[in-house]
Amino acid sequence: MEVLDDQSALLSNFEVFSILKAAKQSKKHSHQNVATIVYETSSYLEKTACSKQSEEAVTKFLEALRNFKLTKSEKLQLLNHRPTSHVELHFLIAESEERFGDEDLQKLLDIVESNLPE
Amino acid sequence: MFVLVAMKDLVEVKPWKFAEDRVDTVSSELNKKLANKVIHNVGLCISLYDITLLGDAMIYPGKGSCHVKVEFRFIAFRPFVDEVILGEVRSCCPEGVNVSMGFDKKGSMFDDVFIPADYLPNPSRFNRKDNLWVWEYPTEDGGSADLAIYNGEKIRFRVISETFVDCTPTTPELAGSTAAVQEESRSPYSLTGSVSEAGLGLLSWWQ
Repeated sequence: MEVLDDQSALLSNFEVFSILKAAKQSKKHSHQNVATIVYETSSYLEKTACSKQSEEAVTKFLEALRNFKLTKSEKLQLLNHRPTSHVELHFLIAESEERFGDEDLQKLLDIVESNLPE
Repeated sequence: MFVLVAMKDLVEVKPWKFAEDRVDTVSSELNKKLANKVIHNVGLCISLYDITLLGDAMIYPGKGSCHVKVEFRFIAFRPFVDEVILGEVRSCCPEGVNVSMGFDKKGSMFDDVFIPADYLPNPSRFNRKDNLWVWEYPTEDGGSADLAIYNGEKIRFRVISETFVDCTPTTPELAGSTAAVQEESRSPYSLTGSVSEAGLGLLSWWQ
């Protein structure tokens, strides 16, 4: 077996959660290891913000973030964590105070609140 | 937290599966082989994402099954360094805090996360009687409030580093096999985390 590209793409928790939900429904008789990891990963993801997200919500959210200069990994983390306070923005976005002013950070929080369901 | 890994492999399809849909058979073989396994320098494999190339089926002499060259993408759990993720406190020890992802009675997705004592918020002390770490949070009046890290609490931490250990079995040395025994207790993939920044640590601290 050969690994061709060990980071071909980054996946959001929401995408993985949808794939695992589909896998759980379609599997007739899968191997013990497959069942275990699918069950454990979906129970973990169920308790995070991604369980309430939908494809349209995610697309709208990313559209709204276009005006902000954020790296791909920062947008991904905003999507996975659904921050609700300035403290959370501080550790999710590197140097948030230097790159954005207070109103911009508040606008980010408003975008998160309005686009991603609770 | 999750990445897509492009891989290539040769999958054996047993003769009694020839009548079934080739894609389904190959997918379930790949899942059987890789799901819940750690691949060195790649991460913990979760599930097959898609098959990008399905080659011709070759039959080799001496065996009835056919072998198919497949190129596919697999979902793997591998947080990047500096990513912030949510876990649950499993236990505390004098060296630090053991955290796992999605721990419940049946098991967890990923168990090997460790936050060393140096990466806990400063100042912290270890309470030997109750076996927990306590953050002495400095309050405005000059005193300190004790915030303890209880087992089972949700904790947010930043990934500082990842360690891959190659656990392929090796032949034991003729003179004593203590090296082989030690290797078994090391996990193939482990993460080191930190909660020393503002906003990290137990969720209940920041609500």
